[in-house]
Amino acid sequence: MIEFENVAKHYPDGTVAVADFSARLPAHTTTVLVGSSGCGKTTLLRMVNRMVDPTSGRVLIDGEDVAAQDPVKLRRRIGYVMQHAGLLPHRKVIDNIATVPMLNGVSRADAHSRALDLMDLVGLDPKLAKRYPSQLSGGQQQRVGVARGLASDPNILLMDEPFGAVDPLVRRDLQQELLRVQSELGKTIVFVTHDIDEALLLGDQIIILAQGGEVAQRGTGTEILTTPADAFVSQFLGIDHGGRALHPQSSSTGATILVDGYGRAAGILSGALPGHTTGTQP
Amino acid sequence: MNYFADALAWIVDPAHLHGSNGILARSAEHLWYTLLAVALACLVAIPAGWYVGHTGRGRGFAVGLSGAVRAVPTLGLITLFGILLGIGLTGPMLAFVVLAIPSILAGAYAGVEAIDPAVLDAARASGMTEWQVLRQVEIPLGLPLTVAGVRSAALQVVATATLAAYVGAGGLGRYLFLGLKTQDYAQMLAGSLLVVALALISEAVFSTVQRFTTPAGLRTL
Amino acid sequence: MRWVVDNVDVLASRTFAHLAIALPAIALSVLLAVPLGWLAERFRWLRSPLLTGSGLLYAIPSLPLFVVLPLVIGTGVRDPLNIVIALTLYGLALMVPSVADALRTLDSRVLDSANALGYGPVRRFFTVDLPLAGPTLLAGVRVVSVSTISLVTVGAVLGVPSLGLLFTDGFQRGIIAEVVAGIVLTVLLALLLDRLLVLVGRVVLPWTHQPSRPAGAAA
Repeated sequence: MIEFENVAKHYPDGTVAVADFSARLPAHTTTVLVGSSGCGKTTLLRMVNRMVDPTSGRVLIDGEDVAAQDPVKLRRRIGYVMQHAGLLPHRKVIDNIATVPMLNGVSRADAHSRALDLMDLVGLDPKLAKRYPSQLSGGQQQRVGVARGLASDPNILLMDEPFGAVDPLVRRDLQQELLRVQSELGKTIVFVTHDIDEALLLGDQIIILAQGGEVAQRGTGTEILTTPADAFVSQFLGIDHGGRALHPQSSSTGATILVDGYGRAAGILSGALPGHTTGTQP
Repeated sequence: MNYFADALAWIVDPAHLHGSNGILARSAEHLWYTLLAVALACLVAIPAGWYVGHTGRGRGFAVGLSGAVRAVPTLGLITLFGILLGIGLTGPMLAFVVLAIPSILAGAYAGVEAIDPAVLDAARASGMTEWQVLRQVEIPLGLPLTVAGVRSAALQVVATATLAAYVGAGGLGRYLFLGLKTQDYAQMLAGSLLVVALALISEAVFSTVQRFTTPAGLRTL
Repeated sequence: MRWVVDNVDVLASRTFAHLAIALPAIALSVLLAVPLGWLAERFRWLRSPLLTGSGLLYAIPSLPLFVVLPLVIGTGVRDPLNIVIALTLYGLALMVPSVADALRTLDSRVLDSANALGYGPVRRFFTVDLPLAGPTLLAGVRVVSVSTISLVTVGAVLGVPSLGLLFTDGFQRGIIAEVVAGIVLTVLLALLLDRLLVLVGRVVLPWTHQPSRPAGAAA
């Protein structure tokens, strides 16, 4: 479990990245910090592995203050995946994935065999192991980034807009892959994004942030969608313009489609509508 | 073109090959001056450049110093050190080291500075110590530019080492000054051609080293 | 210090001779580098010989070039013209690749839109390409100016008058003040010319330097 206790981050030039933030992120679940740029979400994420130290307040992992731990050792047991995968351009894919285990003193052979398993886990062809990052597509590089984050089998995985720079089709693929991996591994994931749809898809818990790390609302996707706390959240979700208010409509082909507040088709209804049941129920 | 024929004849004349003023000895001296000056400059400038590149501290100072030193005429330094330290190698050697430092310093810190900040961020987030970031990421990725700096320093020193003879040291510059004194154009031109040859050899060697030190993942495919 | 005071006229005439060699060399190399760089950028088959040529030329040490040049062009060894020509060649060796590079890396979208607006090729080169390449060219000119000012002194060992004569004369007569005065004056000249070039850059390329937002512009 990760706990933020009244953390704040002020920079010397006077900017307040985070004013006062507290939260409890349960173990083995995915918590998504979502908000526009400037809301302090990346700053909060980076406090967990001490890439940023809070000006005041504490960050606890399983009850222990991270400030008391050596940042280097701390980082070696926390996975980190960033937007532009940040791979070391002079090392082959397999060596990139093996970076952290080898820093931890695992033998080269063991680290490599572990890296090959991870490539399999994140859906990378093992033939790519000997390539250099510049020889991979953006989506492949991002998979390598995820594999590297998982390499030392950390309990915690920090993901900073990891799918922000790939095209929408690949992003959907990566998101599904992450859901699958998470269902197998059950890590404590902290995921930062500005994309509310991504948050709704991936988050067990979602924290919507306004400027300066102020919590606008926290809860499950269902809670947030059904009872938005205020106008800001409604706007962020796209509810206020009717973007999420779906209602059924019969199409010319006979299927029932769901239409949003703008009258645009948003999906196809595949089950029966409650209240519209036509007889045979078990 | 007669002059060039004379100069080539001078170079291939076996009588000019051996002995303390022979081509072999003078070329070896010239090469030795260059290697020594560049090596000494590397010893000072490369760690300093890496330090500036890694910490970002003293960047303004390094840029300013390099710029100012580039404006200092080497002949001025050689003659000044010549008067202060007497005839011989010490004076010119000191001047050559000063001459070589700016390029090497600039290459070393530019190499580190040009690295994508996201790569360094990821390296730190993976749990590398500052020392490991420097050794495993910054130095290998910055090496091609560092070598480029050493390459241009070597070229400058090879060229300028001719001036060592002006204050009584050896090197291929001897032929130029001897020829100048005796109006022996063949000898002057021969000396010049030999220096040019050394410069081209130095360029060739360093362009190979540069190719070797470019990390495989960064070579253009 | 005594020596400096007693020999102000010598210092003045050496400085004058120095500039008489350096300024034409700098001006010539810039004027010639623009068309040559353009040729290297415009015609593929010219690029490699021009750029390789520049690289090789730069590998030729200055003193030997000062010695060889008179033999090739038939002037006397002590003629300042040799130094002007030799330093122009060095300037070209530095500038031609930088001009070609500056022209090659211009934003193609801007050039496209200039074409679409109906600029002819010559007009576009002088009113769009050249100004846009300005900052890179200016950086090149600054490097050429510092290195030229410093290299002029080497001619002194052949007896060509410049601030370098203070080094050779001071060395032979063992006058430290004379040598130091020469170094200081050379560095000062280089720095002064550099400042001047920066100022010229501000006047000629006003858009590259933004002291403050123009009044009325939205933040």
